[in-house]
Amino acid sequence: MKAINFLVVGVGGQGALLASNVLAEVGVRAGFDVKKAEVHGMSQRGGSVNSHVRWGEDVKSPTISQGEADVLFSLEKLESLRYVSMLRRGGVALVGEFKIPPLTVSSGADAYPTDNEIAHIFEQVTDDFHFIPTLTLAKEAGTSRAHNVVLLGALSSLVEDVPEEIWLEVIAERVPEKYVEVNQAAFQAGRLVS
Amino acid sequence: MQKLYSGNEAIARGAYESGVKLASAYPGTPSTEILETMVQYSEIISEWAPNEKVALDVAIGGAYAGVRSIAVMKHVGLNVAADAFFYVSMTGIEGGLVIVNADDPDMHSSQNEQDNRRYAKFARVPCLEPSDSQEAKDMVGAAFEISERFDTPVLLRITTRIAHSHTLIELGERPAEADDDTPLTYRIDRTKYVMVPGNARKRHPIIEERIKELSQFAEDFAYNLVEMGSAELGIVTNGITYQYAQEVFPRASFLRLGMTYPLPPALIRDFAAKVDRLVVIEELDPFLEEEIRLMGIPVEGKSIFPIVGELDAGVVRDCATQAGLHPPSPTASPPPIPPLPMRPPLLCPGCPHRGVFHITNKLKVVVNGDIGCYTLGFLPPLSALHTCGCMGASIGVAHGANKAGAKQKNVAVIGDSTFFHTGMPALLNTAYNKSDTVTIILDNRTTAMTGHQENPATGFTLSGKPTFEVDFEALSRALGIEHVSTVDAYDLEEVETALRAALDVDGPAVVIAKRACALLPVARKDWMPIEINPEQCNGCGLCFKIGCPAIVRSEEKDAKTDRFLAEIDPLLCTGCEICAQVCPRDAIYFRDEMEIK
Ligand SMILES: Cc1ncc(C[n+]2csc(CCOP(=O)(O)OP(=O)(O)O)c2C)c(N)n1
Repeated sequence: MKAINFLVVGVGGQGALLASNVLAEVGVRAGFDVKKAEVHGMSQRGGSVNSHVRWGEDVKSPTISQGEADVLFSLEKLESLRYVSMLRRGGVALVGEFKIPPLTVSSGADAYPTDNEIAHIFEQVTDDFHFIPTLTLAKEAGTSRAHNVVLLGALSSLVEDVPEEIWLEVIAERVPEKYVEVNQAAFQAGRLVS
Repeated sequence: MQKLYSGNEAIARGAYESGVKLASAYPGTPSTEILETMVQYSEIISEWAPNEKVALDVAIGGAYAGVRSIAVMKHVGLNVAADAFFYVSMTGIEGGLVIVNADDPDMHSSQNEQDNRRYAKFARVPCLEPSDSQEAKDMVGAAFEISERFDTPVLLRITTRIAHSHTLIELGERPAEADDDTPLTYRIDRTKYVMVPGNARKRHPIIEERIKELSQFAEDFAYNLVEMGSAELGIVTNGITYQYAQEVFPRASFLRLGMTYPLPPALIRDFAAKVDRLVVIEELDPFLEEEIRLMGIPVEGKSIFPIVGELDAGVVRDCATQAGLHPPSPTASPPPIPPLPMRPPLLCPGCPHRGVFHITNKLKVVVNGDIGCYTLGFLPPLSALHTCGCMGASIGVAHGANKAGAKQKNVAVIGDSTFFHTGMPALLNTAYNKSDTVTIILDNRTTAMTGHQENPATGFTLSGKPTFEVDFEALSRALGIEHVSTVDAYDLEEVETALRAALDVDGPAVVIAKRACALLPVARKDWMPIEINPEQCNGCGLCFKIGCPAIVRSEEKDAKTDRFLAEIDPLLCTGCEICAQVCPRDAIYFRDEMEIK
């Protein structure tokens, strides 16, 4: 199986770390050497967060260098742009439809990029760019909070070597018991989009 | 089966597997989770100390009493604990003593960058550095063996990328003899443990000798790895940089030093002789480079790689390419991106610190800040902090400025945890030396910035056990402050009245602004978003000036002023009502008005 570098990004409180924990554990169960790097601290809500997850035969650095992410997994639209330079040429960008305007945008000082602007910038790096209706699908599945799991579902269909059961099993272990079903439904919904 | 552990979790596990009995720490990113994990092992007594100096003294006490003990802190914590670090190097120990120190290259959450390997050399204490979680765990054991064999404290140095990266580890067991309950007999040895000049003079040559022996030991230390590849390039490296370097130079020869002080001269000399070009790749200071150069061995390092910030494989590759060590890689430059709106860390919606800053701005005092969530009050639009250096600095700095005769009144703003850390002696000083300094203690019932740790004001210990709860008023009075008042940080009128009164006092005063951090469970259950009345709002924008992320600009404009009306994001608002108190037009509903509106 092929080594893969995933860069998970989002806004604090969105569930980016849950997504990257799932991704890392799935990699372990699929038989990879796995490393995951992120920076904790600062307990505030609302900051930009990123987590590096690497699957491989023998992973050295826990962090991914500029231009070497195979997959950019972004839970929020603006955040995806912040990390374009991390994506390898021809890599996959999965961007959730979630929009969280930073303070300077909501106060009117800055503008939030349009979908077209985002798509146009990504087109210069890859053809494999997809907005995923994470919020819509998560709400349909039963809770908007599962938007991160929708995006995991979308990603899972791209990582063909890893059996679906592993994903479902790890998700079931990582979410509160009463939300397992909703999250598995969210995962399935995401899996069908791409 | 192998498990994914962060470096921090691995160190806690390592302590467990090494039979550690006593652990003391003060929180600080990136080392906080070590004790938060350790406390889950009931065999270890794990405690939060009020500061790192106390934490280290506690661990030293444990080690003097004969049990394996560990103290944990972030890099600047060792500045605070330095006095203890030096004396324990002189005395040595009975049971093993390990000091875990987390440096923070690139200052992800710190006020400065410093390379604490310097402390190891400074105090003649051996320094170990793991390169992943497995080693982080195993080196705890190695550190205790060294500590006991050489009668020395050992510094286990990690960096943010070791602390917060997860890698696979194999778990071991705790030795059964670690929990043998036979009572300890405290061994009395006054010449060794009483560091008066006469005794200390006898100890100093011993520790100089110890470092020589350790340097000999390092020659075959299992974690000093030599991996010969091509003779063209020999890389000396340590810690996380070993991973980056291996990725960039899969064919080079490596000397990976697991013990970075003292160094093994013969091993290094031998390695250097076998390679054409010797290069050190290390983060922060040229520590290894300087030591190697002192041995008279030609070596390169900081002429190629940066001395500031973090490295990663990309940085190592780019620098190496410039120095002709690596062929240029085909790089496609990333597409141009317009400047993006930032997401700096902010005071959260409902943060009790916000209102206090609104008032200090209104009263135009100079605010000497401290380290904690409230440091974020320096950001616009509040821009309410005028100095901030290190933990506990606010009160002394304010006292100094007031004594110097600054025209504007200087006040100090300090959090509960920081007050215990190093604020108390400084407050005593304002009373002892009598200045007009007003100290505002922001008592948000927790140590918020590092992720909500308990402290002596919360009534609970690290292990969740109930304990006594500090009374800030009584404590301030005991420290000599006569004018003390407590206010609800959410009540702006109360805060303003108390602060004005404190500023009018002749002599030092304390205002305790009390209100639980909005993210604590007790506060969360009271969250109740409030709303703006669009009929009343005329878009004056005053509510934006308190910098609350929940207050946003609506799409609607006021017909007269032609300015956008404000709106409250119900998903973010907690209902603290600070904006409602600031609004001059009563256009924001208070909680009780929400029901009848
Ligand atoms: C010497 C030192 N130790 C630890 C830290 C890490 N640290 C930064 S802020 C903070 C806690 C602040 O708590 P408190 O003063 O109660 O303020 P709050 O964040 O709750 O507002 C800590 C432990 C540090 N910066 N310096």
